[in-house]
Amino acid sequence: MHTKRDISLPKGREVKDVKLIYLKKLLGKLPIKRDMLIEALHLIQDQEGYIRKDNIVALAEIFNLSMVEVYEVASFYHHFDIVDEGEKPPNKIKIRICSGLSCEINQSKVLKKIIDEKFKDNFHVQSVPCIGNCDKAPAAQIGKRSVENADFNKIKNYSTGPFTPQIPKYESLDKYLKRGGYKIFKKILNRKVTSEEVIKVLSESKLSGLGGAGFSSGKKWEIVKGFDKPKFMTVNGDEGEPGTFKDRFWIENKPHQLFEGALIAAHVVGCEKIYFYIRDEYPACIEILKRELDKLKKRNLVKVPIEIRRGAGAYICGEESAMIESIEGKRGIPRHRPPYIAERGLFDKPTLNHNIETLIWIPEILEKGSVWFSSQGWTKLHHGLRSFSVSGRVKYPGVKIAPAGIPLEDLINLHCGGMQDGHKLMAFFPGGASGGIFPAKMAKNPMDFGVWEKDGGFIGSHAVVILSDKDNILNAVKNTIDFFEHESCGQCTPCRVGLNKISNLLKQNSFDEKLYEDLNYVMRDSSICGLGQSAGNCINHFFKFFNKN
Amino acid sequence: MSSQLKIKEKKVTFYIDDIEVTSNSNETLWNIAKQYNKKIPYLCLKDSNNYRPDGNCRACMVEIEGEKNLSASCIRYPSEGMKVKTFGARVEKNRKLIFELLASDMPLQENCPDPNSHFWKQYESIGIDLNYRLPAGRPGAQSEIPVKSILNDISHPSITVNLDACISCGLCERACREVQVNDVIGMEGRSHNSLPVFDVKDELGNSTCVGCGECVQACPTGALIEKNFMDSHGVKREKYPDELKKSLCPFCGVGCQTEVQLLNNEILSVNGRNGPANKGKLCVKGRFGMDYVMSEERLTKPLIRKKESIKNPKININFHNYHDHFEEVSWEEALDFAAKGLIKTKSNFSGNAIAGFGSAKCTNEEAFLFQKLMRQVFNTNNVDHCTRLCHASSVAALMEGIGSGAVTIPFTAAEDSECIILIGANPEKNHPVASTFLKNAAKKGTNLIVLDVVKQNLMRHASHGLIFQPGTDVSLLNAMIYTIIEEELYDKNYIKTFTVGFEDLKNSIKLYSPEKMEKICKVSSKDIREIARLYSKSSKSIIFWGMGISQHIHGTDNARCLITLSLITGNIGKPGAGIHPLRGQNNVQGASDAGLIPMVYPDYKSVTDDEIRLKYEKEWDCSLDNSPGLTVVEIINHILKSNIKAMYILGENPAMSDPDQTKTRLALSQLEHLIVQDIFFTETASFADVIFPATAQPEKSGTYTNSNRQIQIAKQIRTPPGNARQDWELITEIAKRCGYDWKYKEVKDVFNEMSIFMNSLNNITWERLEKEDAVCYPSKNINQPGDEVIFTDGFPTKSGLAKIVPVSFSEPNELPDSKYPMILTTGRLLEHWHTGAMTRRSYDLNIQEPEPTVSMNPEDIKKLSLTRGEMVKVETRRGSICLLLREDRNISMGILFIPFCYLEAPANFLTDSNLDPFGKIPEFKFSAANVFSLKDTV
Repeated sequence: MHTKRDISLPKGREVKDVKLIYLKKLLGKLPIKRDMLIEALHLIQDQEGYIRKDNIVALAEIFNLSMVEVYEVASFYHHFDIVDEGEKPPNKIKIRICSGLSCEINQSKVLKKIIDEKFKDNFHVQSVPCIGNCDKAPAAQIGKRSVENADFNKIKNYSTGPFTPQIPKYESLDKYLKRGGYKIFKKILNRKVTSEEVIKVLSESKLSGLGGAGFSSGKKWEIVKGFDKPKFMTVNGDEGEPGTFKDRFWIENKPHQLFEGALIAAHVVGCEKIYFYIRDEYPACIEILKRELDKLKKRNLVKVPIEIRRGAGAYICGEESAMIESIEGKRGIPRHRPPYIAERGLFDKPTLNHNIETLIWIPEILEKGSVWFSSQGWTKLHHGLRSFSVSGRVKYPGVKIAPAGIPLEDLINLHCGGMQDGHKLMAFFPGGASGGIFPAKMAKNPMDFGVWEKDGGFIGSHAVVILSDKDNILNAVKNTIDFFEHESCGQCTPCRVGLNKISNLLKQNSFDEKLYEDLNYVMRDSSICGLGQSAGNCINHFFKFFNKN
Repeated sequence: MSSQLKIKEKKVTFYIDDIEVTSNSNETLWNIAKQYNKKIPYLCLKDSNNYRPDGNCRACMVEIEGEKNLSASCIRYPSEGMKVKTFGARVEKNRKLIFELLASDMPLQENCPDPNSHFWKQYESIGIDLNYRLPAGRPGAQSEIPVKSILNDISHPSITVNLDACISCGLCERACREVQVNDVIGMEGRSHNSLPVFDVKDELGNSTCVGCGECVQACPTGALIEKNFMDSHGVKREKYPDELKKSLCPFCGVGCQTEVQLLNNEILSVNGRNGPANKGKLCVKGRFGMDYVMSEERLTKPLIRKKESIKNPKININFHNYHDHFEEVSWEEALDFAAKGLIKTKSNFSGNAIAGFGSAKCTNEEAFLFQKLMRQVFNTNNVDHCTRLCHASSVAALMEGIGSGAVTIPFTAAEDSECIILIGANPEKNHPVASTFLKNAAKKGTNLIVLDVVKQNLMRHASHGLIFQPGTDVSLLNAMIYTIIEEELYDKNYIKTFTVGFEDLKNSIKLYSPEKMEKICKVSSKDIREIARLYSKSSKSIIFWGMGISQHIHGTDNARCLITLSLITGNIGKPGAGIHPLRGQNNVQGASDAGLIPMVYPDYKSVTDDEIRLKYEKEWDCSLDNSPGLTVVEIINHILKSNIKAMYILGENPAMSDPDQTKTRLALSQLEHLIVQDIFFTETASFADVIFPATAQPEKSGTYTNSNRQIQIAKQIRTPPGNARQDWELITEIAKRCGYDWKYKEVKDVFNEMSIFMNSLNNITWERLEKEDAVCYPSKNINQPGDEVIFTDGFPTKSGLAKIVPVSFSEPNELPDSKYPMILTTGRLLEHWHTGAMTRRSYDLNIQEPEPTVSMNPEDIKKLSLTRGEMVKVETRRGSICLLLREDRNISMGILFIPFCYLEAPANFLTDSNLDPFGKIPEFKFSAANVFSLKDTV
């Protein structure tokens, strides 16, 4: 009734010497420490297109970890494909078809089916959560190469390679220096501007965290500055919120403005090291940052050491404490609060975490002054500029830099060339999948923090997905819920089980409002992190705003 | 998953349900609420200090005024003025929904692996009506577990897995990773698929699981459960206990307190109790190995050897054929026969023609009575037990150096230490629960230095895991001492105040520089210096050692070096610092304390000391022999010289445990009269003239002293099988039949008599033990706990000072040569204990390690063109055995490791019976050997 084990060996799997030799060579100079585990897994996955269990066993020995400590990490991230001995491994090169809402309304499901049929013999075809190319829907990736406005022919053309990322043109270090880049940073280094002055300007500019939480950046600096050293800084480039692509936009355009913002922040707050955590869906961004960091090092400008880390396909790692777990080489599971990461974050040390866009604004604010930025709002009640990621049924989707508080209809008409021909605005997500879905009649509301909350939503990362009368709201809700169900870290009951229930109820076409209400109630009140707390917004709005018809 | 929050302790006043509460700020709301009788439901929390609360199940949510979301009370701490609500519509609605969500993915309660699990009890307590309005999320949900579902895993002999009932609370992961630090269980994947996995998602039975069962004890749903409870498919619980009794684990020297579940007098399952040595933890033997007690092989009737059964050294009698050789008789007949044989020997020769082996498995009271029997009734000091084969050399060195043979500090003190040296011990296998304290300490940042001749898994947690050449302990340790002296890292004050002999050491150590010794011990001088510095510079350092130190002809020298290390650095007699030889058997400390040693009376009082002897002679009303008796191996030698004619062997198995079995068994076969008292027909019983069926540990009452000097009481919890009788009664019966009117009515009377002679029992009464379950000796006051850390202010030597004894390096007795190029070392396996008499008869344990193996490094296997899994012959100058070849990367090149518990291939046919001159312990750990494929001989 139980398995008879092979007594000619000790219990459990044995590490194979050939694998140890192979991996030691593959890992090369990679530092062997726990927080590099995910990087090590990437090296294997990149090399082979999957990760065999015997490599996990050997990697565990090399990292002085137990097998399960490596396995559970590998199994948490979607970009790692674990293959057992004897199991047929997937093809090495992946074709990822985005299943995000903007891509889905652009027929990505149909595309996935076609690609699967035609390419599955030579490629590993996958339907994947939003890859942040929503303005070029349907988006796909072949290897690390992005396929914009993908169709069969385009993918076919790309299928002969190369599979490396295509690097867009961006502002070079020279160009950035020419327009005055790193001047402010040098001033601060040379104490021509004091830390206190910098924080004052920042506070007065009313710059708030643009990863979605909207917390005052100046205030954050003050708090973290108050804690004892050592401290760390993390830069959150894991923008997985469906519909969001502004951080990619900024990295692909102004990498040095980002570096300067990060260096200023780390220097002023007193952080020892900066970790950039960039989602693995953005290989071009990672490449750009690595290249430019090298150049920066040569100019002796990296006054605070910078490390660039790859995510591995987990939306939850955009949550700051989950991201920190991931940087530490663990499963990306959000931590409980208190303590806040400002007090106990990366490696249990005080940590300053910023979103990419937030850092982008910093050099410019310090150069042009706080009033320049704070007076940029649509009205006096709103402050600063925002990068809206607009996708869906507008004529010209893309990253739109517009005043905070701009009403949606103005954003569409003034910045996006209006709706696509033949489409009438019916609904919109103001803040990605988690910020809720609202009807056209609310298009006059200002797009800013603190506006949508009273209706159970938020603007979050300013990812605006526009749906029209040609779209099916219920399908949009299903798409959103399935995304969250897939991306829940699984740690707490309400989110892990609740989302599965909602997803199943929707699949059964149940419209028992009380059930959804109850599930939403417990998810909002009892989930550990924002994912579970807000994932039900769209279902709530569905009944509140749309179910009448 | 963040590490536990450390909050500065201060008093805060806040409100729970409008009651004003003042509490420590580092206590969780859940704990505080519990003190106020607020029963907040909980699932992922284990109400025990061992477990970190994780706050993931969200059953214990409370409302905190002013906060947007509810908060998990198990991980929330109070702050001044905080207003907490543990009930109310919002809180209760959330709780009910949490339970509804979880239950909707589980099988119906009656179809759950454990319908009585913590989950369902909590579920019932919050009173919800589950109308299953939510869709089922996995195969067996809301119905019954499909047999052979992907979530059902019955591959392990002792543990059944049904993840259909799992609520992903991660308690099993914390049990395995954080409490026991075995690191087999993790949480796979994410979202709805986040479930426990073993290793790289292997079947539990094919994983590295060590079977400690901590996960089973922790699981709140029965998703992980004792297989013993379950039906044959492993999906439905069939058995429930009818009794719950407190007991003690009968295996190693850790002394785990247990809670035993019985059904119809059968032991159904065992859980860990919160004892001082185990803190709720157990290992595979204690939890799943108790079925030996119910073995059909238990002896149930007294036996006398048939006239026609002639003894010879190669005789092989066992449970299946013993009726051909032995006759069942009445107790009267057996006892009379046994006593007459002893009386006859005494009158024909002398008392010294009789010898007795007591047992370190029996109680303190039995040990005391046994030595009393030998000394008072037969007027001989020829009484010894298997400590001779384990730690005799350690005890010799300790007695000489610090005047006491016991540990100076418990192993639980590892957690207070800054630096731990573990040498010649493999506690993960031999003292698994003790090893958890070492691993926990290492995880918290204590430097753990593991020194061994083979690799062991504990080294993964070590700051330094160093492999040295077998038999070169003295060179390695002397080089450490050299470093400490040369670099002046010693504690001048301590040495001056508490020791003698340092100057001699300083002179003699000059020959032992690390740079010279590295060639001998094969550890680099850099490493030697580094660990010497680490050990001496840490403010609190502990040394643990095991049989790798003691079982050598220079075992006493090895131990002397370790004692010297602690003395010259002052690492003794303070919290977190000390020396601890890990004791191998449940009562090896107690049996030694109680006088089962040929040269000493209880409490290590010399038999040559007239004053002491007179006290015994007066109390016992007899004259006693004033010369020390013979030790274990000496007794065997003296049988062969015809000096010893009769033996009484109680619970020992020399025909497996003693070195050079060819010689040992020849000796046993030559005895004129041999009484064997045991629970099984052991290998030694083959040579018996009369056999007494005795009681197993759960069938009798008494006290046991563990490795930590903690005296613990265990009461009888089950009825013995057949006519088996209590050991203390049998010893008493023999005394009576030999003309001594012993008047003990119960075990307690024996304990009380021991108290007359033993100062170590001062302030420790039977009644106190009954009340407190465990008391550490010495205890200065009946109302205060005993002293766990001793020698805080000097030593129990005549001068009060400790003696530093310098030692010089010498080679092992038998070096490898061209004929025997390998080094054989023997030891234990995790699942088998001592000679296997008990564990080989436990189904769950034996199935994990069912047959004898010799372990070798894969490179050696390749070099000799052998194949793992084939049968090989291992030969030494004393004999050869055939067994299966195991490939083990942990074994160093040039070494053969054989466990000594298999009667099919008794390792002790190979071992060397040469003795350490002081401890009289044989060199089990080093024999020159060779290995041959059996294919060649065919």
